Amino acid sequence: MCRGVVKINRVIQTDELTHKYSLGTPFESTAVDGLSFSVEKGEFIGIIGHTGSGKSTLIQHLNGLLKPTDGYVIINGRDIWSKKVNIKEIRFEVGLVFQYSEHQLFEETVFKDIAFGPKNMGLSQEEIEQRVLDAACAMGIDESWLSRSPFDLSGGEKRRVALAGVISMRPTVLILDEPAAGLDPQGRKTVLSKISQYHKSSGITVLLISHSMDDIVKYADKVLVMENGKLHSFETIEKVFSHSHNLEKIGLDLPQTTKIAMRLKEKGLDLGDGLYTVSKLAQKFLERIGKV
Amino acid sequence: MNIIEVKNLSYSYQHFDDEGNLIESAPALLEINLDIPKGQFVAVLGHNGSGKSTLAKHLNGILKPTKGGVCVNKMDVNDETLIYDIRQTVGMVFQNPDNQIVASTVEEDVAFAPENLGLEPKEIRLRIDKAMKTVGIYEFRRHAPHRLSGGQKQRVAIAGVIAMEPECLVLDEITAMLDPKGRKEIMNTVEKLNREKGITVILITHYMEEAVNSDRVLVMDKGRIIMDGTPKQIFSRVETLKNVGLDVPPVTELMHLLSQSGLKVKNDVINEEECVEELLRLTELYKPTN
Amino acid sequence: MNLKDITIGQFFPGDSIVHRMDGRFKLVLSFLFIIILFTADNFRALFIPCAFILMAYTACEISYVFIFKNMRPIMPILIFTGIINLFFVGGNEVLWDLGFVQIYLEGVRTCVFVIIRIVALITGMSIVTYTTSPITLTDSIESLLSPLKKLNFPAHELAMMMTIALRFIPTLVEETDKIMSAQKARGASLDTGGIAKRAKALIPVLIPLFISAFKRASELATAMECRCYRGGEGRTKMRQLKSSKIDYLVSVLMLCTLGMVILVNIA
Repeated sequence: MCRGVVKINRVIQTDELTHKYSLGTPFESTAVDGLSFSVEKGEFIGIIGHTGSGKSTLIQHLNGLLKPTDGYVIINGRDIWSKKVNIKEIRFEVGLVFQYSEHQLFEETVFKDIAFGPKNMGLSQEEIEQRVLDAACAMGIDESWLSRSPFDLSGGEKRRVALAGVISMRPTVLILDEPAAGLDPQGRKTVLSKISQYHKSSGITVLLISHSMDDIVKYADKVLVMENGKLHSFETIEKVFSHSHNLEKIGLDLPQTTKIAMRLKEKGLDLGDGLYTVSKLAQKFLERIGKV
Repeated sequence: MNIIEVKNLSYSYQHFDDEGNLIESAPALLEINLDIPKGQFVAVLGHNGSGKSTLAKHLNGILKPTKGGVCVNKMDVNDETLIYDIRQTVGMVFQNPDNQIVASTVEEDVAFAPENLGLEPKEIRLRIDKAMKTVGIYEFRRHAPHRLSGGQKQRVAIAGVIAMEPECLVLDEITAMLDPKGRKEIMNTVEKLNREKGITVILITHYMEEAVNSDRVLVMDKGRIIMDGTPKQIFSRVETLKNVGLDVPPVTELMHLLSQSGLKVKNDVINEEECVEELLRLTELYKPTN
Repeated sequence: MNLKDITIGQFFPGDSIVHRMDGRFKLVLSFLFIIILFTADNFRALFIPCAFILMAYTACEISYVFIFKNMRPIMPILIFTGIINLFFVGGNEVLWDLGFVQIYLEGVRTCVFVIIRIVALITGMSIVTYTTSPITLTDSIESLLSPLKKLNFPAHELAMMMTIALRFIPTLVEETDKIMSAQKARGASLDTGGIAKRAKALIPVLIPLFISAFKRASELATAMECRCYRGGEGRTKMRQLKSSKIDYLVSVLMLCTLGMVILVNIA
């Protein structure tokens, strides 16, 4: 084909992806049901849905940790379960960060832990070192920490080391399962803003699972909503919140600002749709009363 | 009447070398003074390492003051003979429900504390049934804990503590590991215990919205209580809160932004309803007069 | 095989006669069962305890399928003991001559005999765990061992440790799964290579697992203190162990079985 002319922009594509647990037993259950969607290079996707809606099962398919019962997963144009593909390489292409990722730390020093992924890739010592330094820098890890034990760090710091341990593989896609869960407000902010900065500076594609709608609207371009193993919707943030009652219908929390805007509308003060951040709502309100 | 009285409490985490010499002393609490009346719902806010959990562990004698004193219902926590009376009065629940559940079925776990108190088997049965019904897990009583959802597990942990029939509950970030649904379940349960059973609640949390409905908010920073007041008083001080690494609820943030833009905004708006009302009032007030 | 597929030691809640028996009796009788099993020294005698097991499974309302399911994890032991007996038991009648080793009729007989005995042993002992809740089981052990408390034997502590271990096994199994996935996502190879390589590959799984287990232990200790735990002294039990007629009846039945086995042995 005319490589170099056609740019493959579609980094992730799934086709009728289905996963059943305990297949062939009375406990058989469908965790992911006929999912088809695609993600373009450089997008920041938020994934929302209730616990048990299939989010975690879905993301473990995207780096080949789980094998679909049915359907395809195509990463950078390759069917990851075709015989020609080495599944380990897919794991380097699609970096997956689990919930409470600090539980995976095990090395004596922060440096060695971040180097674990690159070492498994079989890179040269120099390359490994470069990648570790880059990843540490991206996650705001001070160089002086690198020689320390990861277990002497605070919760939020450990979390960032674990993130750096995945980023150091330089994946083209980064998938994060609740990267800010359990941290205090300051810790949440640091972790999420580092991820957002890295997304902007490296052009990496990011998929972020979060229960916090406020975080999603702050960072993501598009939202993938899962409901009972099925794809409920996959649209831009603006679109999702232009019909936010759809989210309320399946019991998902709206950002508080959206709720306020909706109540104002009920009371006759229509500030327009898609008001999901505090600053936007404030701006619209000021415009309305003629203060801007 | 005060259920908890803390006087000049200071505490340092001390590390000793092999010969028993003090090598490090990290102060975690500094000169804390605090009275909590019976039945109050107190929210304690502060970033990680501000001393919230250390303070909590003093309220039932898990930690002993380095200096100063803590009294629970006039019982001194330093008095070893009273320690079990104190722990029975002040029940404590922690962040990770998995690490608090001792037994392999829900009801056996809830029975753990009453068994420790040496109650009669019949009395234990009565108490655990009551506790399980209060938090709404009675129907799961024969289930294995690891099969339950996060919110259900945390309710098991709460039931395990209220089976001691405590007068006060200290809840240390009990919603931090839960999803929004679990968090709502737990907050409803806690509010119900406070309202209906009159149990004093000390809720340590990162989530500002959980503090909004409390009677009183304490803000801790660097081992000290730096703010103490009603939610309205505390959340109106947006800058101070942000300086100690805390968030404010979105409504408060919105009001703050509007007042920075020069609007005359009421500064004690903390929930959605008040916010909507205030915005409507402001539209009337600043109606374009052309 | 998945860790979660192991059925040995599981508890199946139910309300059969066996479920309702006193845990202490079940424990003591299971030891009596071992004695019966090892008293039987020929196939005919061994048939009696085997028949007893089938009866017991029927009485507990547990499917015979579990007898076979149980065999999966102990298959290596069965094969190992089978081969040892097959190759190393000597005799008079050579069945096969493989050159370097001869297989005798006696070898085959012993091999089959030993395998049946192990299978019967595992299946029989499983009845206790299948029909007794872990709590009752530990309570029973504590109660049986309590006379030893006078000799400073930590019966309560032992029972408490068992309770906690049973409670945390599923949690830690789940955790192991999660850590393995997380390290695989960083390119760790956990299931390829020789034994040495695999053992080394386990370090990134074992260290986080130990760290988490220690953290859990310390948090659990605090939580137990908060719930007024102070050892076995002054502690009561919600569930009281009670023996009934069934327990004595089953005991008599088992003693008769022992008698029958001895008779068949002599005959």
